[in-house]
Parts: sequence; C-alpha cells; structure tokens
Amino acid sequence: MSAPPVSEIRNYTMNFGPQHPAAHGVLRLVLEMDGEVIRKADPHIGLLHRGTEKLAESKPFNQSIGYMDRLDYVSMMCNEHAYVLAIERLLGIEPPLRAQYIRVMFDEITRLLNHLMWLGAHGLDIGAMTVFLLCFKEREELMDVYEAVSGTRMHATYYRPGGVYRDLPDTMPKYQASRWRSPKQAARLNEVRSGSMLDFLAAFTAAFPARVDDYETLLTDNRIWKQRTVNIGVVSPERALQLGFSGPMLRGSGIAWDLRKKQPYEVYEHMDFDIPVGVNGDCYDRYLVRVAEMRQANRIVRQCVDWLRAHPGPVMVDDRKVRPPRRERMKDDMEALIHHFKFFTEGYEVPEGETYAAVEAPKGEFGIYLISDGANKPYRLKCRAPSFPHLAALEEMCRGHMLADVVAMIGTQDIVFGEIDR
Amino acid sequence: MSELIEALALKVDAALAGSVARRAPLAHELGYETEAATLLTVCRTLRDAPELKFEMLMDVAGVDYLHYGRDEWQTQSATHSGFSRGRVARLDVPDPLAAGRFAVVYQLLSISHNQRLRLVVKCPDSAEPVIDSVVDIWASANWFEREAFDLFGILFRGHPDLRRILTDYGFIGHPFRKDFPLSGNVEVQYDPDKQRVVYQPVSIVPRVLVPKVIRHDHRYEPALKDPQADR
Repeated sequence: MSAPPVSEIRNYTMNFGPQHPAAHGVLRLVLEMDGEVIRKADPHIGLLHRGTEKLAESKPFNQSIGYMDRLDYVSMMCNEHAYVLAIERLLGIEPPLRAQYIRVMFDEITRLLNHLMWLGAHGLDIGAMTVFLLCFKEREELMDVYEAVSGTRMHATYYRPGGVYRDLPDTMPKYQASRWRSPKQAARLNEVRSGSMLDFLAAFTAAFPARVDDYETLLTDNRIWKQRTVNIGVVSPERALQLGFSGPMLRGSGIAWDLRKKQPYEVYEHMDFDIPVGVNGDCYDRYLVRVAEMRQANRIVRQCVDWLRAHPGPVMVDDRKVRPPRRERMKDDMEALIHHFKFFTEGYEVPEGETYAAVEAPKGEFGIYLISDGANKPYRLKCRAPSFPHLAALEEMCRGHMLADVVAMIGTQDIVFGEIDR
Repeated sequence: MSELIEALALKVDAALAGSVARRAPLAHELGYETEAATLLTVCRTLRDAPELKFEMLMDVAGVDYLHYGRDEWQTQSATHSGFSRGRVARLDVPDPLAAGRFAVVYQLLSISHNQRLRLVVKCPDSAEPVIDSVVDIWASANWFEREAFDLFGILFRGHPDLRRILTDYGFIGHPFRKDFPLSGNVEVQYDPDKQRVVYQPVSIVPRVLVPKVIRHDHRYEPALKDPQADR
C-alpha cells in the first residue's frame, strides 16, 4: 500500500483590484502567492493618470489651482498650498499675516479631514465598522467649514498666490427641516451654526478631543485591532529613509521629522504643537501617530481661531499683478476692466527661475517643483506626491506577510490614487 | 537663511570641487549641475560625506527643454486682424535633437543637517537620452526613474526594472515631451461589432486657449529696472 499522494503545492499569481473596495481607488496589484504567503507584489498604477502636470503647462498659473485639489482628493487645500507657495517664491511675494493664519488653519482642518477619512477607511478595511461611521460624522462638520469658506465641500480652490480668495464668512450653512429631519432636530443641529465660522470652529475644537477618545476606546486596546496591526509591515528607520518615506510613515518608524517644525512655512513657527513619533515602525505605531496628530492638529486650529478672532485685516497681498481689481471699481473704471480682462485671460507672468516648495501634507511631504521661463504658464510642473514612494515600498513591506495583511498594508500607507497617478 | 545656504555651498564646493557647477536659483535654495559621467560619484559623495549626508532622495523629475523661452504671441498681428486670438504658430520648429534637451532633476534632503539640495543633470544625447540610475544609492529612485522613463523616454542605465508605470499597457510615445500633443494621438471607443474597446486616431482638434506670453517685467529683470523706482 502506497502513501497517500501529496498534493502538489506551487506558487500562483493572483490579481488584486483594480476595482476592489480595499484597493483605495484603482490599484491593481499582481501578487505572487505561496499558499497564503506573499512572495512578490507588483503594483500596477496609472489607471487614474490624467496628466495633471502636462495640463498645467498649457494653462495660466491661476487656472491650475483647481487641479491641485484633485490630486490628493482627501487633503485638498494642502496640495493647493504647495502650488501657491511655489508661485509666491518665484514672484517674491508674501501673503499678509491673516492669510497665513487662515492657510495654517485650513491646512490643519485638512489634516483632520484626511486622518478621519484614513481612520474610518482603514478600520473598515480590517474589520472595524463602527469607527467608519463615527469618523464620517465629524468629517461632515469640517466639510461644512470648507463649504462656508469656498462654496464647495471638497475641491475648494481657495488659496491664491498672494493670499486666499476671500475672508472668513460670518455665517455657516444651516440644516433645514425635511422629511427625515424634524424642525426640532434641525434647530438642535443649527445651534452651533448660528454664529460665524470661527465660532463654529471654536465649538468644534472644544468637542473634538472627546471624539478622538471615542475612536481610541474602540480601537487602541481592541484585541482584534492589535492582532491585525501590531508587528505588521515593520519598516526600520534606515529603510524608511532609503525608501523616501515622509509624514506619518517616517515618524511611525521613529524619526522625528516634520516640515512644520524643521522647515517652517507660513506661521507654523508661532504654533505650539508636538510631533508624535512611533517606536516599532509597524501598522499599529503609524495608527497611534496619526491619532496623536489629530489631537495636535486640533490644537493648532484652536490657536488659529483665537488669533484670527483678534486680528482682522487683509487676506490678499496688495499687488496688482496677482490680485484682480475690486468689482465696484470695474463698474466705472475702464482701466480696472482691462486689468480684470487681462488678469483672467492671459494671467500674470512669473519671472524665469525654478523652485521646489514642500509642505507637510497629511500623508507626508507634498512638493511642487516649478520651472518658469518667464511666461504666463508654468514651463514644467512636477508634483512630488508622498504616496508615490510609499506605494513603491509596498512590495518590500508585504513580502512574507499573509494575503489579509496586504489590505492592512495598503490602509496603513494611506494612499490615494489621485496623487499617485496624477 | 541665505547664510545657511552659503555655508552649505562651501561644504559642497570643498567635497566636490570641479565636478559640480552652481546654478543660480533663488536665495533660499541651492542647486548644482553636474555632468552625466560624474553623476554616480557625485551622488555617493552627497549621500556619504559626513558634512553633507543627503540620505533622502525626495523626487526625480524629468524635464524637456525643447520649447524653453519660446512664446507664441504677437501683438501686432492681433491688432491687424481684429479679435483674433493673437496667437502665431511659429514656423521655426526647434531642433528636437539639439544638445541639452533633456535633463533630470534630483531633489535631495538631509535629515541630519536639515538642508536641501537640487542636482540637475543634462542628458548628453537628445536622440537617445541615457543616464546612470541612482537606485543603488537611494532606493526611492526606483519608481521615480520609471516615471521619468515613461513620460520623457529618458533611459536609466542599471535600473533593475525599467518598465512603463503611469501610461496604458502598450502605450506608444512619451507623453510629457513637449512635441507630444496635449490631446494625445489615440482615443478608445467601444466597438459594438467587434464587441471590444478599440483604439482609433484622436478626434479632438488641438487648440490653444491661452497663448504663451513672455513679457519682460522691470521688477524682475535688473537690466530693465528703473533707477528712479526704488526711491
């Protein structure tokens, strides 16, 4: 009698995505599996490639601000920030102080938006449904702030070279009673919305730390959460530097590097906040870093609200080159009308030169490398997207892990295809 | 800020005298240009020299200098022909094989010294731009170089896996070159007879909405600066 035949075990290739709910957009991942274990992972990207950089080369400078929102579409204003910073450096202008505070405040609101989205989606990916619903509730409040200031909930196009588009509004959008919302409910929701935008934000920042406590109650000591994240996707600090990591991915590996502290732009040097740093460089540490960052971002928003309440002033530099004329002047001033026409058709010329402007976006270092040849359009625009090198390291992080950990790894990298594919 | 830049410039000059040339960018940034032949030694020194220690490569950008400094605007013809777009299609097509057309730009960051540096390398041959890969020095160069290859057709010698990355499978051409049309060459459509998606020549007529204008502004050019203005 012979031994029972041993079934033949061999590696096989598996296709993950591009339309997988855990692929965070359109990631196609070709996995070479040995049973449940990943031997090779080859990300295929570019399914969302729109040629943003080439499109920007064919348009006047100001017309590309809106494209920047659509790069990393969950941290919109930070992308705009890097772009307008690059233009401002070439033009040699500096926005007024109030505009700088507004920008810092909205950068941090954007960080909250991004981290809330990340926490919800990452939790959902690896099996925590509740936190997703909680995060999106807070996210909705912050999107109302976006709406109040720019008219849109996501793609704001609010920053301009030389300042911001307009000053903070005195009113907030309000809920209306409907079939699903009784007048009483609407009135309760509108209670915090009765004042100005800054009043609303003050109330939000006062309440938000308790919300973060809620998320932490659900996750931080959760046994399943820890089983899915602790010691998964460990990146040593040396490798993190080699692989070009930035943001929470770098800080999770224990390197205290934050552009807001180390190379401060705008008014970050006047802000009081801490840089959270991880120890082990695994998914759990990166989770802790991001949650701590939410608390710090909340602190910064709070400080900005206090300053902005006390210091009214201009929000746009008084430079006719980058600032359109006032609407009232256009009605009875021919020169103002011509100025307006030229400004919105031809745009303005930026002096010849090149610059690299980087901001600490929620995902890491978002940089804009801008070359101008003295024309009204950029000669070359290169967006340095933080997720791009992160995703490039996916294979190294995944190798030897189980298939289910790939989802945790994609989640912890906080990738968004708008900026990877550009 | 500029003292720090000058201090760094002295260190770079001391470590790499002769193999790099300083570019003239803005006051708070430092840029150097080097030859393709010396790229790898320069990069190794920048990473390993204890006073430089650029341990991170943040970005690699390809650049096509074919249309640099060429505008497409003529004021006289615009007034003659009334409300035309004022755009002139220039007849003198730039030579695509002229030397120095392609360049690769590296953005370096030193975490230990908190400083940045930009390194520019011009590809010696414009017909077949080839340059040494820096993957062995900074692992992050891997995808950045694939992207520059995909979009500009710059080849990186010694790259382990130089495939296209952003464009479609089987894409022809390098879309970010200046002589590649903005609307592309092909478009896709579902063919009900063949019951699959087919490629066909693009139906969009390329059109420039805003012509590229270069004006010489007295505020930025020292030669045009009005000596009275600063008073």
